[in-house]
Amino acid sequence: MAEVETVEDAHDGHEHHAGEVHRHPAPTSFIRKYIFSIDHKVIGIQYLLLAMFSVFVGLILSVLMRIRLTWPTAAVPGLAWFFGEAAPGGVMNPEVYLALVTMHGTMMVFFVLTTAPQGGFGNYFLPIQIGADDMAFPVLNMLSFWVTFVGLVVLVAAFFVTGGAPTGGWTGYPTLSAIGEQLNVPGAGRGTDLWIISIAIFCVASLLGALNFLTTMLNMRTRGLSLMRLPLTCWSWFTTAVLALLAFPVLLGGGILLLLDRMAGTSFFVPGGLSNGETLLPHSGGSPILWQHLFWFFGHPEVYIAILPGMGATSHILSTFARKPVFGYRAMVFAMFGIGLLGFFVWGHHMFISGMNPYTAMTFSILTLSIGVPSAVKTFNWLGTLWGAKIRFATPMLFAIGFVSLFVAGGITGIVLGQTSLDLPMHDTYFVLGHFHLVMGVAAIFGMFAGVYFWFPKMFGRMMSERLGRIHFWVTFAGVYAIFIPMHIMGIVGMPRRYAQFTEYKFLETLHPLVVFVTIAVFVTAAIQIVFLFNFIYSLFKGPKAGDNPWEATTLEWATTSPPPHDNFAGIVPTVYRGAYEFSVPGAPNDFIMQTDPDPSHEHEAAAPAVLERQGGNGDGQQNGH
Amino acid sequence: MGRVLAVLIWLITLLTVILFVSKRWWFPENISQHGVGIDRQFTITLLVVAFAFVAAQVGLGYTVWKYRATSDDKKERATYSHGNNRLEVVWTAITALIFISLAVAGQRVWASLHFQDAPPGTFEIRVAAQQFQWNFHYPGKDKAFGRTDPKLINDGNQNFVGLDDTDEHAKDDIVAPTLVVPLNRPVRLLLRSRDVTHSLWIPNMRYKQDAVPGLEIPVHFTAQKVGQYEIACAELCGQLHYKMGAKMLVLPEEEFQALMAMSQPDFQKQRDEYLKKYKLP
Repeated sequence: MAEVETVEDAHDGHEHHAGEVHRHPAPTSFIRKYIFSIDHKVIGIQYLLLAMFSVFVGLILSVLMRIRLTWPTAAVPGLAWFFGEAAPGGVMNPEVYLALVTMHGTMMVFFVLTTAPQGGFGNYFLPIQIGADDMAFPVLNMLSFWVTFVGLVVLVAAFFVTGGAPTGGWTGYPTLSAIGEQLNVPGAGRGTDLWIISIAIFCVASLLGALNFLTTMLNMRTRGLSLMRLPLTCWSWFTTAVLALLAFPVLLGGGILLLLDRMAGTSFFVPGGLSNGETLLPHSGGSPILWQHLFWFFGHPEVYIAILPGMGATSHILSTFARKPVFGYRAMVFAMFGIGLLGFFVWGHHMFISGMNPYTAMTFSILTLSIGVPSAVKTFNWLGTLWGAKIRFATPMLFAIGFVSLFVAGGITGIVLGQTSLDLPMHDTYFVLGHFHLVMGVAAIFGMFAGVYFWFPKMFGRMMSERLGRIHFWVTFAGVYAIFIPMHIMGIVGMPRRYAQFTEYKFLETLHPLVVFVTIAVFVTAAIQIVFLFNFIYSLFKGPKAGDNPWEATTLEWATTSPPPHDNFAGIVPTVYRGAYEFSVPGAPNDFIMQTDPDPSHEHEAAAPAVLERQGGNGDGQQNGH
Repeated sequence: MGRVLAVLIWLITLLTVILFVSKRWWFPENISQHGVGIDRQFTITLLVVAFAFVAAQVGLGYTVWKYRATSDDKKERATYSHGNNRLEVVWTAITALIFISLAVAGQRVWASLHFQDAPPGTFEIRVAAQQFQWNFHYPGKDKAFGRTDPKLINDGNQNFVGLDDTDEHAKDDIVAPTLVVPLNRPVRLLLRSRDVTHSLWIPNMRYKQDAVPGLEIPVHFTAQKVGQYEIACAELCGQLHYKMGAKMLVLPEEEFQALMAMSQPDFQKQRDEYLKKYKLP
């Protein structure tokens, strides 16, 4: 497996004086160390905390949504205070439900699914897994976090402005999002302005982050770390960064145009001849469908931005706890590329019934089902990794296995929704909700939970409680199935999304028992997350001390202390001698061989000495400092 | 722990399959001609989905049951393997074949609805959506639509579609919040919206189409069973989206013809009679 050409890549870095291993000294002041830090590890934790705040807010919003859906006239204590006139006596008006929908979706998609896996774990572990001392552009890294933070503040502010939070859904379709205010739609004023501005800010932050990830991975790999020796996590963060780099600018452009339509009287998305029932509105020449194209050109790659890092973490963790090399490593890398590439050509499947040209819809349909192929390759290889394994069932492994199960359950119904004909009954129903929540919501979150339980010892030097972790897993795993599988059935009956209540239609009445069941499952699943939160906080202070390599894993993050020092490897530039997943190698003394282990005392590493010689010949001792 | 996890995965799979197979909750009755094809394609796809879902979950459960580390003896090793290229290629080819064939098969109904125009003899109805109401505009006795102009829209005067009263053809036009279609005869709808995007969703017809501001979108279908059915809005259109409903009446040809020849007040009276006569399923 010696990658001659890629080993050369690793030598591309600038030469440096011996002894200079880190570009910035460890900060001494509190503000430089914990707030405006340029250390990728601190920034990674900042991203994780931001996502953790957002995920709990988003979760509370979804609990309120279920209450509104199940008991439309129920009074919830405190809501009268929070929503004012929109929730008289604590009973939520329909527009409050839509505000919850919009804020839940925006929070979760942008500030959880996009930030935690990439900004959080990627930031913390990409440099360490490639043996670097930091990201390529540490100051840019700090900026991208703080810009994200401003985006979140602006979004949360939308709850508190006159007119209330935005009500147009996270997809913000015009003309509702453009001229809603002129139609007296609640939340269509300042709330919607802030919503668009928040997303625009987020787009900028993601661009900064993506540039950093790409440069770091290509330029800063340590000695011997050829591309095909990278952990799959690195490949997933890399692919995600490419998607982010190409997708977010389009959303940014769309957002600016929408803002102009609202504030400057332009008509990019608003056609002429619209009426409020009395007079014509002063717009002409725009197209609401243009927004949908721009939005989903971003929006579909966004689905993969959310799920790819979860795939990377799952592959990594499955291999580690199965004590087996990843099955089909190269196929896994190329499947991720395949998913990423195809992900840019399928956005139209969100628009089959939008009025788009029906021939175009057919093209998008066939491309969409093609995405099932690399996804099936991944699933096949995960099962292949487990086949013949010696599985250790620690909490990270439970969540990684949960990821595989949920990814299959959620992804597979994509072949229903991807067909033009079947989209006629299924579009915008609860079938879609069940599908995407399982695959891009819950599966992605299982990837994150797996990551937290797996890397917590490295990040904080202490172990999390296994017992609490297992309780958290069992209830959450059963709970999310209990929530989202019945939603498919609701969709088959025809229940539309984004309804504040289901009281107006006879054909929906029969579903009431299922609605109640799902709501109870939501309460239980939401409540059990407190166990996770407690475990996280308690273990920070009281967890048993973790060694450098508590899971007996192979990759570079486990070759340094827990937590790693400021420059990650305490002045040493690690050398990599083998691929990322050398478990259960016959003849080796242990059932794992770390990437940094130079001992080539077994036959399977025949390729390694060749690489070593090349490096020896180069005489290059300091690849790390740039 | 591996066994518990395996059993849980299998149990979830079993319950899911039971939920789908029992059909305790399922599609409302199909009454459209094209819906037969949709339901058939759905069944075929669901079988493929079910097979893949069950196979993957059972397989996953099997591996975690079978390949759990049984003791703390770390001398016991897992199989050392980096994969199998032949298996990989075969598997990829099979899934590609199945998925692409499904995608192609799934186009048939779509093509019949969208690539061919409505057949001759089709009855045309204009649909004008607004927050939060569906207006169905019928040509009336003269079988010609009167001129409409968005400038003339005036909710205060009940002129929801902007009908021009000075136009000769407009005098007998009927505008009502009820969709009335003839039995077994193709109907062509022309969808418009005057404010935001709405979506005409008729579960029993297996039909859904956005009504988009600035566009006029034609759709056609044939209803095959007399009765009263529900229409909903499927695209978020504002705070009262959840109650933007309407009723559809499928009438025998003679009842339909008689109704279409009536004046607006008579139409409303007779429609109310039919809504009583034909109950919701």
